[in-house]
Amino acid sequence: MDEGTLQGIGTVLTMVAFLGVCWWAFSGDKKKDFDEAAQLPFADEKTSSQNKNK
Amino acid sequence: MSSNVTTAGDLPVYNTRVVKQFAIMTVVWGIVGMLVGVILAAELIWPDLNMQLPWFHFGRLRPLHTNAVVFAFGGCALFASVYHVVQRTCHTPLFCNWLAGFTFWGWQAVIVSAVISLPLGMTSTKEYAELEWPIDIAITLVWVSFAVVFFGTVMKRTTSHIYVANWFFGAFIIAVAVLHLGNSAAIPVTAMKSYSAYAGTIDAMVQWWYGHNAVGFFLTAGFLGMMYYFVPKQAGRPVYSYRLSIVHFWALIAVYIWAGPHHLMYSALPDWVQSLGMVMSLILLAPSWGGMINGMMTLSGAWHKLRYDPTLRFLVVSLSFYGMSTFEGPMMAIKTVNALSHNTDWTIGHVHSGALGWVAMVSIGMLYHLIPVLYKRSQMYSIQLINLHFWLSTIGTVLYIASMWVNGIAQGLMWRAFNTDGTLTYSFAESIAASYPGYYVRLFGGVIFLSGMLIMAYNVWRTIRGDEPKQAASAEAQAA
Repeated sequence: MDEGTLQGIGTVLTMVAFLGVCWWAFSGDKKKDFDEAAQLPFADEKTSSQNKNK
Repeated sequence: MSSNVTTAGDLPVYNTRVVKQFAIMTVVWGIVGMLVGVILAAELIWPDLNMQLPWFHFGRLRPLHTNAVVFAFGGCALFASVYHVVQRTCHTPLFCNWLAGFTFWGWQAVIVSAVISLPLGMTSTKEYAELEWPIDIAITLVWVSFAVVFFGTVMKRTTSHIYVANWFFGAFIIAVAVLHLGNSAAIPVTAMKSYSAYAGTIDAMVQWWYGHNAVGFFLTAGFLGMMYYFVPKQAGRPVYSYRLSIVHFWALIAVYIWAGPHHLMYSALPDWVQSLGMVMSLILLAPSWGGMINGMMTLSGAWHKLRYDPTLRFLVVSLSFYGMSTFEGPMMAIKTVNALSHNTDWTIGHVHSGALGWVAMVSIGMLYHLIPVLYKRSQMYSIQLINLHFWLSTIGTVLYIASMWVNGIAQGLMWRAFNTDGTLTYSFAESIAASYPGYYVRLFGGVIFLSGMLIMAYNVWRTIRGDEPKQAASAEAQAA
């Protein structure tokens, strides 16, 4: 196998990996999980602000 | 998943001690490191400022400046935010408090030994890895402990997800460990002298594989983790697209590691490696801007907050500088551009566009958010002083990078100018003479940036002391 073929295989594998990550991240059934995860920075506020208000 | 889950509704008792320690030392080392930078800028104008003493020579103080700002200032900022964020987003106290304490004292010991050994001329001569082998071993011990505390905390999390900031922190910790071990491989000859395990071109390639990924993982991935927590937190809304953050993460860590050869263009490095480095650097623009846009767009619908929240302004402007320098970097990696920019002040300007504009400003924004949280104050002592600091930082950075662009392009053009008979048009000294105006502007910009840091130290001190916030009433009026 010559160098060019190896480089070609490398390029294709990298592209497949990238598209795989995109497909995984943007597939519909992940939306709920991601919305939950995106709220994590605020999860420690609810309790403390409730305490403060009371 | 964990043993010490607290009852529903209660928050775990977080370890704020180690976060406070690192946060305060971030301010201290920021001032020290930037002060050394200002002294160096002055030495380039007035070389006699070294007082003819070897310890104050430019060549010895320069690595002290880079180590102090990158590993002392930037490092403490990263430790503080990693320890804060991992506890808060995993809903669990730090794993192994005494080990976290060890990372604080160990890291300070490493910094102090750098402050002593570098001016004495003890150096491995590897850029950003100048510290000699006994200190390298100490760094390894601290770093492994850091990894144990971080991943231990992630493993005992009580949340089902691992927040994206922690992914960036994890990549940063693992990659820096690998880079440090790989690049620091050396044969010791005396207590404070060693020789690299690699030779010639391979040594250069290993060095810049390390050097560029110190930028990529220490100064980028780590600070992006900071960005993914503190920007949403300060803006009061979740990150623009969590999906984009996942693609951002995998694309960034997969591409950064290949870009190192752009530091060795037109060298003895094989041509194909140089081309690979150039192409990978160009590709890097995409994930970098993906992340920047994700951070910026978090403010969509809340742009008005920028008007009265200078902390948020710090965070957002740091993202603008990040976008600028990650556009400039790939451009400078193009071989033909590099032929002009290499070894000129343009490179120094590029580094500072990232270091002052992105790394320092995102860290400063992080501190202004974190200090009141850690010390249970409603806000920083003076919002006005934060605003003043913001303008000093922005103007200082712009003066710095603009003067270095002018200098760099002038130097690059002068060095490549030929007469018709093939001789050089300008001597090297003539290019230095032409650089003086830029050196003055750079020093001025650096002094302005440093003065902002002193204002921050004052503001932080008053906040910690518990002084009544200056315009609490007006801030409430604005919020209402």
